[in-house]
Amino acid sequence: MKGISRRKFLAATVLGSAATVLTSTDKALGLNNFEGYPEGMGVLVDLTRCVGCRSCEAACNKEQGLPAPDLPFDDPSVFDETFHHGSQKRRTDENAYTVVNRYDPDDGGQPVYRKIQCNHCNEPACLTSCFVNAYTKTREGAVIYDSTVCVGCRTCMVACPFRIPAYSYSSALHPQIRKCIFCYDTRLRYGDPPACVETCPQEVLTFGHRRNLIKIAHERIRRHPAKYIDYVYGEEEVGGTGWMYLSSVPFEQVGFDTTLQKEPILNNAREFLATVPMVLAIWPALFMGFHILSAQKHRDGDDNDPGRDQEGDEK
Amino acid sequence: MNTKWCRIMGIAAALLVMMLAATFAQAVNVPSTIILDSLSRLYEEVKFDHEMHIDLTDDCADCHHHTTGTGTTNRECAQCHSDSEGTSAVACGACHLEQPFSAQSIMEKEQNSDLYHIDKPGLKAVFHLNCLKCHEEAGGPAGCQDCHERTETGHAFYDSGRYAPAGKKQGSDH
Repeated sequence: MKGISRRKFLAATVLGSAATVLTSTDKALGLNNFEGYPEGMGVLVDLTRCVGCRSCEAACNKEQGLPAPDLPFDDPSVFDETFHHGSQKRRTDENAYTVVNRYDPDDGGQPVYRKIQCNHCNEPACLTSCFVNAYTKTREGAVIYDSTVCVGCRTCMVACPFRIPAYSYSSALHPQIRKCIFCYDTRLRYGDPPACVETCPQEVLTFGHRRNLIKIAHERIRRHPAKYIDYVYGEEEVGGTGWMYLSSVPFEQVGFDTTLQKEPILNNAREFLATVPMVLAIWPALFMGFHILSAQKHRDGDDNDPGRDQEGDEK
Repeated sequence: MNTKWCRIMGIAAALLVMMLAATFAQAVNVPSTIILDSLSRLYEEVKFDHEMHIDLTDDCADCHHHTTGTGTTNRECAQCHSDSEGTSAVACGACHLEQPFSAQSIMEKEQNSDLYHIDKPGLKAVFHLNCLKCHEEAGGPAGCQDCHERTETGHAFYDSGRYAPAGKKQGSDH
């Protein structure tokens, strides 16, 4: 009696768990096409307008209450600063959530200035990599984080394709991840533009709904085909970013990574992650089944055909 | 005869008055100096010498698009405004908003689905984009403080002047 019902039970378990796993895989794959919140805001950065005044850096510093800079914000000598033996221009750090760098294009034309900050991805790699769920993508489009739950693993720093999150290495007791939050707490949540956008004298930064910014970007390219590279950086990169860029020189010449994939970073791990519950659910059941079958076979050798009794019982 | 003569004189006088009035009105509407003070928190106000810039340019449309009634040669604009009449308001601030990205502005833009000019820059941007482009080409002043001196608040904002950092600290280097 025991043998058959156990067999049925095992079969049901395997089928059930397989069904669960398949359903959840379908659900996970269905998320591949997430294109950001419909009401998500963004910023279109037009590199052709930037004159390198660094007002955005000053505004960010004051808005976020960051420490005083090493040099005044109107000092252009920072554009000559390099790190790692000249291979690295200035990057965002715990004291500066945005920085402007100067690039001299290959054709020997006017220098081009490029502002960097968090690009507020539609499907942020920092968020998906964080195992304590410190990051949130808000419906307004900002990627914010809760530093109180951060354990300082710095996986997000590795995961970010734009190398934006910085770590407060200077703090011995409470080091935290720090990055641009789109001025979410003080401005974006109330519908207002971030401080850098508001202060920019040249409207290098256009704030608006992401879906409208894409239209504006392509319209500018259409109207001035000789001026712009026919590409909107960030429209598709890593699944789309909230901040997008227009340029008059090839993007790779002004520090952009043009080798990034179009799919969200998470997609690289999605198929693998989908097999994890399958292994977790099926393997224990399968091997338990093998174990029971072999144990039962062993016992069947001893007992006097208990299977027949049991069939009679079931009827 | 006399009455007829009087009538002609009367009409002529009325015409003269109307012409004078028109000239006078135009003179009133074209200011010789314009005070630009929307950035007065960080920068001293700018006394824009409108008269001098009128002398420097051939056409009001160089800055005022089609709004002064001179038409436009810009291929894109001419589709609608090749023979547009002058508008009642020609000041930059009449169309270009001081706060182009405020929650209010974004909402109004969103509600107006017929809006053609979806990429209209704000007031501060049109001053800088328009002025700086021409100043660089024609050798006019192009540095920030060549046109507007910083206020005390401005210096604090940029950590410049007497707010400048004392010396270089050790920054974090990636």
